[in-house]
Amino acid sequence: MADSLSFQDLILTLQRYWADRGCVILQPYDMEMGAGTFHAATTLRALGPERWNAAYVQPSRRPTDGRYGENPNRLQHYYQFQTILKPAPVDIQDQYLGSLKAIGIDFETHDIRFVEDDWESPTLGAWGLGWEVWCDGMEVSQFTYFQQVGGYDCKPVAGELTYGLERLAMYIQGVDNVYDLDFNGRGVTYGDVFLKNEQQQSAYNFEHANTGRLLQHFKDAEAECQMLLELDKPLPLPAYEQCISASHIFNMLDARGVISVTERASYIGRVRALAKGCCDAWMSTNGWAA
Amino acid sequence: MAELLLELFSEEIPARMQSKACDDLKRLTQKALKDAQLGFETMEAYATPRRLALHIIGLPTAQADVREERRGPKADAPEKAIAGFLGSVGLTRDQVEEREDKKGTFLYAVIEKKGAPTADVLSAIFPDIIRSFPWPKSMRWGPASQSTESLRWVRPLQSILCLFDGNVVPFEVNSLASSDETRGHRFHAPEAIKVNGFGDYLKKLSEAYVILDPLKRMEQIVKEANAQTMIGKVIIVRDDALVAENAGLTEWPTVLMGRFDEAFLDVPDEVLTATMRTNQKYFSLRDPNTGNLTNKFLCVANLQASDGGKAILAGNEKVLSARLSDAKFFWEQDLKTPLEEMAAKLKDVTFHEKLGTVAEKVDRVAKLAKWLGAEYGIGEPGLNYQAAKLAKADLVSAMVTEFPSVQGVMGSYYAEKQGLDVAVVNAIKEHYAPQGPNDDCPTNGVSVAVALADKIDTLVGFFAIDEKPTGSKDPYALRRAGLGIIRLILENGLRFKLGELLSFVRVEVFETLSEQVSRAAESSVEQLRPQDSDKAVRFEVTTIKGNRPSLTTGNPALQYSDDIKGLIDFIADRLKVQQREQGVPHDLIDAVFALGSEDDLVRLIARVSALQSFLKTDHGANLLAGYKRAANILRIEEKKDGKAFDGAVDEALLGDTQEHALFVALVSSNELLAKALEMEDFEAAMRALAQLRGPVDAFFDYVTVNAEDAAIRENRLTLLNQIRAAVHKVADFSKIEG
Repeated sequence: MADSLSFQDLILTLQRYWADRGCVILQPYDMEMGAGTFHAATTLRALGPERWNAAYVQPSRRPTDGRYGENPNRLQHYYQFQTILKPAPVDIQDQYLGSLKAIGIDFETHDIRFVEDDWESPTLGAWGLGWEVWCDGMEVSQFTYFQQVGGYDCKPVAGELTYGLERLAMYIQGVDNVYDLDFNGRGVTYGDVFLKNEQQQSAYNFEHANTGRLLQHFKDAEAECQMLLELDKPLPLPAYEQCISASHIFNMLDARGVISVTERASYIGRVRALAKGCCDAWMSTNGWAA
Repeated sequence: MAELLLELFSEEIPARMQSKACDDLKRLTQKALKDAQLGFETMEAYATPRRLALHIIGLPTAQADVREERRGPKADAPEKAIAGFLGSVGLTRDQVEEREDKKGTFLYAVIEKKGAPTADVLSAIFPDIIRSFPWPKSMRWGPASQSTESLRWVRPLQSILCLFDGNVVPFEVNSLASSDETRGHRFHAPEAIKVNGFGDYLKKLSEAYVILDPLKRMEQIVKEANAQTMIGKVIIVRDDALVAENAGLTEWPTVLMGRFDEAFLDVPDEVLTATMRTNQKYFSLRDPNTGNLTNKFLCVANLQASDGGKAILAGNEKVLSARLSDAKFFWEQDLKTPLEEMAAKLKDVTFHEKLGTVAEKVDRVAKLAKWLGAEYGIGEPGLNYQAAKLAKADLVSAMVTEFPSVQGVMGSYYAEKQGLDVAVVNAIKEHYAPQGPNDDCPTNGVSVAVALADKIDTLVGFFAIDEKPTGSKDPYALRRAGLGIIRLILENGLRFKLGELLSFVRVEVFETLSEQVSRAAESSVEQLRPQDSDKAVRFEVTTIKGNRPSLTTGNPALQYSDDIKGLIDFIADRLKVQQREQGVPHDLIDAVFALGSEDDLVRLIARVSALQSFLKTDHGANLLAGYKRAANILRIEEKKDGKAFDGAVDEALLGDTQEHALFVALVSSNELLAKALEMEDFEAAMRALAQLRGPVDAFFDYVTVNAEDAAIRENRLTLLNQIRAAVHKVADFSKIEG
């Protein structure tokens, strides 16, 4: 596509688009997390009866996906653009398609499809129904109607839209290698910004992260979270941050290959218990728990 | 007579759910119409990704009127009785008739109920059908989802079109009102379209780039695919499920042919195909001359693109290229790791919480496969062992983690690259087979040994922890494993006593179980529930040590423990199902199993088939009748005397000619029978039995079994007992029906 958006213009365009539709534009959460869904603006705010419309970019870290900067499609650190609309408006599909149009996708020549993809996060005790959205066979977004979070029914149901920004940008710019992406439209590439980071972080994640200390960090985060939840007046927001930490540390341990299959289930269970505890406290401190 | 059209227009319905949704919509509507006493001529349902439509022809415009008469009390009955009657029918005294019969003059109420207009009935039934529609998964949405009681649908339901006889059938479902409007293709024709009937609906939809009928969309895909393959000089591998899936993803399918870099053809075909099919829903294409995969593929778009599909193809090619790069990367990574090294990682993979790790399963299977080679000459012990040890190694490979469907296949490629024996390579690939009644069954010895060992281990393991299939639930596919065992045995003519084999593997399984239990006791993380570990321990103490069967037993009667008998019964049931499909009645199999001495399946089926032919002959049918008569008499007399007549026949007491003739025939028949059975010549065994038919018939015609003389009576009963015993050497005829 000629005159296609630079990476940063893609983000700015999506922000403008959703701001115009009443969304609060947030900045990224200042913690490592595996996906934009973990952001408290989605996980916790999806619960309860209040209206909530927000959009934000969230750097997402998947330590096991690191490839030392050598794979053109896989990164251990990448960006998701996340929109959460509660209640999901009746025309949410049209609004979503409008956002694709805004970033330059032409529906006369491109094949957009909504392909079944239900979402379930055992870690968050959450599930929803929806699709992965295909553009010419490529998954460009996840589209989910949240039904439950933390084991609670979503009343009302929130719609969550997650755009994989690098993929979308590669598609729009017609680029085969993520590091070749035009970042700012003035000569800076994605590689200029992130290649070294991918190389070093991959080496850290796979080779050098000190597993003894990580195991201790996991326990510390778990203990801190539990302490905050056990207070007479529980503090779900800071507790939830400790839960996010524990989850990321678990991903790091996983990348280091020190977690056996059996232990895996046990660790996931521990993070789930923390997440569930935070949702419980969030519901009860807001007076929404049944 | 009039026509109904209902359309439920929604956001995208998963492809896999569309066909059942059509069936459900028809079924529920049929039932509701029947309850409302409304008939119709034809009913058809259609689905696209965005709509579910129902078309009924020949519905009456109203229900039939109903006229009911009720007799009341006599005209001169007490006022109270009359008032009660009038109250019950809701009429006044002057609205009821008086009629005279022999017994007097009675009051009659004639109640005429006008049939309701069909449109009113439909307005009432559709909201119920929509609210209770059985989607496999459904959801709430929109502002209404504030309540968990709000309408659920597979994805948000956007509009309802309902026309009967050209008019809108008015109803509302959770504030969604029916109308005469729909929409066309999401991008080609998004505006509202008004329709006045089914013909108009079909026509306007097709003008709006929607082919309503899924079969027509499938035809369209096949037609365009064939046209493309003609141009590309390639052939398409027939894949009806993939055609159907693509038809479920499109309202206006357009087929395009793309290419990928030939360098990817180094990756095994199965991986290329899985990448294209599973991830992208593409059709892979082959060279008509060589049969090899080509670097071309077909994709199905849902658009008549203004650039002829150029951009769509470019995008799809790019996606595929990225996917294939990943696959190639996995393939190359996997090749760096020897299978033995992968196999070592199976100790971290749980097979089942109570049955230990995959590594433990592999060890059991390897032992059993080796034993099958040594004991029964299936395959070769060393190769069986090696193949079994490596058969599941690819489960930890990057490729199988990404594409589970290529398990086994990948392992065989890796084994081949490592230069392993071709028998081992094949066994790794084939050991999951057969997976159903119709796929290929392994025939190479090593493959057969590993495939059989794997399935038997699975079956015995899950039975040992009491995870047997019940009703429609069979989460571990044990019925399929059972069928696989049967097919491997019968199609390869494997000769052994099934119970012995099961006993051998059971011992192995229980070792895993007891280890699992002790490990669970040490571990603080994940404990087995106490009752489970109790059970496993009990197994270990009482069954393993106490009951290891002698494997060289030649005893006619089987001496297996109850759990082995349970397994044999399960396999017998599977065998009946499998044989029924080949026209063998289940009672004949029961008749042979009931002998209690036959668990060599090959011999068992040979017996059954000889028996089946025999029973079709005149001799067979008559002997069966004679046998039943003898068995009946014996049952009654044995009960009367409280004893069995299992002594020897006293020749001196045989008086009548027919009685003596039967004895002579029995002696000769028994001799022939013994020889025939020893030779496993079951046709000859049947011929030996056939000799009894005439003498048995004559015996019953001329001889009275219950003679006055007690000794003669007992001798005759003893003779009948021996007849029964002779027949039972072939099969328990009492189990045969008819």
